[in-house]
Amino acid sequence: MAEKMELNEMEVWDGNMAASQALRQAQVDVVAAYPITPSTPIVQNYGSFLANGYIDGEFVMVESEHAAMSGCVGAAAAGGRVATATSSQGFALMAEVLYQASGMRLPIVLTVVNRALAAPLNVNGDHSDMYLGRDSGWIQLDAFNSQQAYDLTLMAFRIGEDHNVRLPVMVHQDGFITSHTAENVRPLSDDEAYEFVGDYKPMNAMLDLAKPVTYGVQTEEDWHFEHKARQHADLMTKVFGKVEEVFDAFAEKTGRKYNIVEEYLMDDAEVAIVALGTTVETAEMVAKMMREEGIKAGVVAPRLFRPWPYEQIKKALSKVKAVACLDRSSPNGALGALYNEVTASLYQSDNHPVITNYIYGLGGRDFTIDHAKEIFKELDANAKEGRPTTPLQQFVGLRGPKLSFY
Amino acid sequence: MLEIRWHSRAGQGAVTGAKGLADVVSKTGKFVQAFAFYGSAKRGAAMTAYNRVDDEEILNHEKFMHPDYVLVIDPGLTYTADITAHEKDTTKYIITTHLTKEELIEAQPKLKGKDVHVVDCMQISLDTIGRAIPNTPMLGALMKVSGMFELDYFQNAMKSVLAKFPQKVIDANMAAIERAYNSVK
Repeated sequence: MAEKMELNEMEVWDGNMAASQALRQAQVDVVAAYPITPSTPIVQNYGSFLANGYIDGEFVMVESEHAAMSGCVGAAAAGGRVATATSSQGFALMAEVLYQASGMRLPIVLTVVNRALAAPLNVNGDHSDMYLGRDSGWIQLDAFNSQQAYDLTLMAFRIGEDHNVRLPVMVHQDGFITSHTAENVRPLSDDEAYEFVGDYKPMNAMLDLAKPVTYGVQTEEDWHFEHKARQHADLMTKVFGKVEEVFDAFAEKTGRKYNIVEEYLMDDAEVAIVALGTTVETAEMVAKMMREEGIKAGVVAPRLFRPWPYEQIKKALSKVKAVACLDRSSPNGALGALYNEVTASLYQSDNHPVITNYIYGLGGRDFTIDHAKEIFKELDANAKEGRPTTPLQQFVGLRGPKLSFY
Repeated sequence: MLEIRWHSRAGQGAVTGAKGLADVVSKTGKFVQAFAFYGSAKRGAAMTAYNRVDDEEILNHEKFMHPDYVLVIDPGLTYTADITAHEKDTTKYIITTHLTKEELIEAQPKLKGKDVHVVDCMQISLDTIGRAIPNTPMLGALMKVSGMFELDYFQNAMKSVLAKFPQKVIDANMAAIERAYNSVK
């Protein structure tokens, strides 16, 4: 039996420690992992907990991220609670197996520390890897700080493992800005955390020899479409309710209330930034500052990135006059993903704000208070004019001549 | 909001120092952040680490800051790094050096007219800990200059931060903190 760890009511943890502690407390059966910067400490801490007797589960060292996720698929199909961690190039190498995991309906938890994708090689945080996962059939939750990385990792097990959901879940945090920034975190005790996550109840476990099942079958044009459609339908209809239920249960236990779409100062906001990750908190702080300058600013942030919260986004932006969608990933020949999703969500709305797109922070480039102020000021001008006063897509914080399109 | 920037070489313990400070400060009910610029820095490369302390939850995730304190824990960086970057009129400098304050300012005129304090964290850590790990002595000097905590309180708090180390290492660090506290000028 694993030792319990005595934790302080208030710890100072970085996002990696927060994620690894949540994995430890969830009493995962199998972690198969191949460490990569900046998520390495998640695996390293976990290995150290195991070596020191705090973990009963198996830790499988593998030769690549493709093998790590393959090991997770095998262990989850066998009937275990399974988790791993990765970033960037490792995430990219996992990509093939991500689709296998979700297609086989295996509720694996993947803690992703977001990092840029090469080339050029870069270890710092942006959302390229998170965006790469968006069609993979996983549920994607996004943490904006270390506390949330801890909380959402615990909640991920309960969401994905529900027998009506049975889908793998990614919990994202920003590379370095969250993963390596030590902040105040209030953990649950080991008992409280495990009680919240609950025992794992396998479904169709391969190791249940009384009831043989097959995983990883081949289906051609006869059945492939039906399987994929069923998976999409479950993502569209079964996840939102479950996420809300788990968020509510967590709020009852901890007082920390999460929402599928987070809103800040949106009651009377006329202009809003839509963003993901740590940028959300910086934008919140700046929205408050803008109000002192007479600009009614607010912030909207999808906590759930997949499935995309279409209705909740529509509602959150139902009164604003101008919206900026901030994408921390190079769209490489299109408008940014958040811009596309938000615009699609609002097309059927009664409210049609001016929507513009900002590309920022690639490869860890700092997103500063001044950047956010500038964006809010441009939004204010758009709101007053009722049309874009800037090009539709602009690059923020880029050196050299201003880059913009449309 | 109190903001601190550390100038260090990778391996000298600035990140550990910044996290240790955050840990101690958090015990008083304040909100803290400790972070660093890593990149793919190798041991010995110049780097910076940062602390933020506030009474309210810290939402600011920008790396940019106008520091209240600049802590230089490698003597060479005073010469080669831009330690006065984004300073304020009130920024206080605590610099590791074997020179006197006057000699240092003469060698580095960029420090003229600024609130400069000197302490020899290198010699202190060599004498007490036996290795050039100047982070804990720098924290001792910071306590003296800032008046953030009494020496006794800070030493006790640091003991729990260092709890995973053998008693000998803890004792050596306590001696380093105390000597820096008493010798910073």
